[in-house]
Amino acid sequence: MGIVSPGFTGRRRGGTDLPPGQYLTHEFPVLSAGPTPHVLPEHWEFTVTTETGEVHRWDWSAMLRQPSEEITRDLHCVTRWSKLGTDWKGVSLDTLLADVETSADYVMAHSYGGYTTNLPLEDLLDGQAWIAYQYDGEPLAAEHGGPARLLVPHLYLWKSAKWVRGLVLSDTEDLGFWETAGYHEYGDPWKEQRYAGD
Amino acid sequence: MERTAVRRRLTWQVGTVSEIREETATARTIVLDVPEWPGHLAGQHLDVRLTAPDGYHASRSYSIASAWTGETIDLTVEQVPEGEVSPYLVEVLKVGDPLEVRGPVGGWFVWKPEQPGPIQLIGGGSGVVPLMAMLRAHAEAASTAPARLLYSVRRPTSVIYVNDLKKLAASDDVDLKFVYTREAPPGEPRIGRIDADILSKAAFQPEDEPTTYVCGPTPFVETVADLLVAAGHDPARVRTERFGPTGGSR
Amino acid sequence: MTADVPTYLDGNAAAGALREIFAVDLTAAIGECVGCGRVGVFAEARLYVDAPGLVARCQSCDHVLLRVVTTPTDTYLDLRGLTYLRLPTSP
Repeated sequence: MGIVSPGFTGRRRGGTDLPPGQYLTHEFPVLSAGPTPHVLPEHWEFTVTTETGEVHRWDWSAMLRQPSEEITRDLHCVTRWSKLGTDWKGVSLDTLLADVETSADYVMAHSYGGYTTNLPLEDLLDGQAWIAYQYDGEPLAAEHGGPARLLVPHLYLWKSAKWVRGLVLSDTEDLGFWETAGYHEYGDPWKEQRYAGD
Repeated sequence: MERTAVRRRLTWQVGTVSEIREETATARTIVLDVPEWPGHLAGQHLDVRLTAPDGYHASRSYSIASAWTGETIDLTVEQVPEGEVSPYLVEVLKVGDPLEVRGPVGGWFVWKPEQPGPIQLIGGGSGVVPLMAMLRAHAEAASTAPARLLYSVRRPTSVIYVNDLKKLAASDDVDLKFVYTREAPPGEPRIGRIDADILSKAAFQPEDEPTTYVCGPTPFVETVADLLVAAGHDPARVRTERFGPTGGSR
Repeated sequence: MTADVPTYLDGNAAAGALREIFAVDLTAAIGECVGCGRVGVFAEARLYVDAPGLVARCQSCDHVLLRVVTTPTDTYLDLRGLTYLRLPTSP
């Protein structure tokens, strides 16, 4: 392991509300693997493609016409910051997937700009996931994933794909951008599943 | 010592803080004794790693501020507000403490005394650190290559190495110009960022065929590099190094 | 923060992480982008360091050139975005 740096503690980590190894922040850090995409609402669409190739599509006004929810959740980033009690407004994936016929178990989320992340389909259901387009009462800013992002707060935040454009359902578990580079395929912060093999 | 002779993977080694010097209210130079240090070229940097008692690591990159003389190495660290590593290095670390480093690294943004031609150095804020290593190496090698430093700072109290720079500027081969962006000393007529006019008056011109090194925050480097190319400098002779806070906070 | 302030650094910032894997410095290596064919020195690549790993992108077309993730036990390296990396042969 090497030495210990005398007097260094890092940001204060732990605490009863936080998953292991996390520290509390009151900011909303912006982390990105690339330039911020800028998608105009008139060009935006969200699609769900099933394992049989059937495509369900919503443009921006169709998405805004969906019944929406206002939720408050904690966010946990694999880079160790946690932000508690964040307010969002969006459409539940239960609503969007209600009419989608599928027997697939896995999902790959795709974003404008090319980012991908994979999840089990069951983690998008039962009130666990949203397509979120408002944060803290305001339209979601581009740097935080606007116009709309996937929000799956029970997993590390890299699964909450910013600038989401679609979900592809599959019988096989394919791995996304960070999952193919050493990050955990599932990412449960409470089990500290940061890296593959954890 | 032949610096590039040993080809091996690089990993962490422990140095000991032998001296600390205050540079400005928010920056200090840390002098490290690193027994296995292989030597370095001016412009190279190293990574610093801090370890908490529970094994948590945090690491950041810092340019080496000194020329290699066979002894200790200097790092100059500017404190980043809300930072995780720099407050430790600027406020907590003391003489005698260990510090883990990995380096030297970087083979592009370097100046070697055997390079021909004038040297144009353009630094913004803490971007002056690797440029200072180059000026120190220039002095150490008794190089007669003409060298100019254009150093952009917010205000006079932001200047790092103010005394060392004045000494170097007193030599025939080194010219120094400060550009103040927020507050200037009395007598200095201009407040504002580096622009095409300053470059045409204070920097080497394309026909002088300088090698130019630009270092500082990304927006500074991009603006200055664009101005240099627009003024006719060969892009292949303009080397850049971008600094920035890491950790994602906004 | 509403303006598009550049959030990237450059290839120099990956020097340490890469030097732990390779026996030579890669910042002065010349690389060709798989996306657009641009040939340039790795030091000038756009490096996104805030993310869960290092991501280097082509400064012309933003194609991902390289990714490095350092975990406590392993380093993952993906070089698929580079058609080649060219370094001088050691004397």
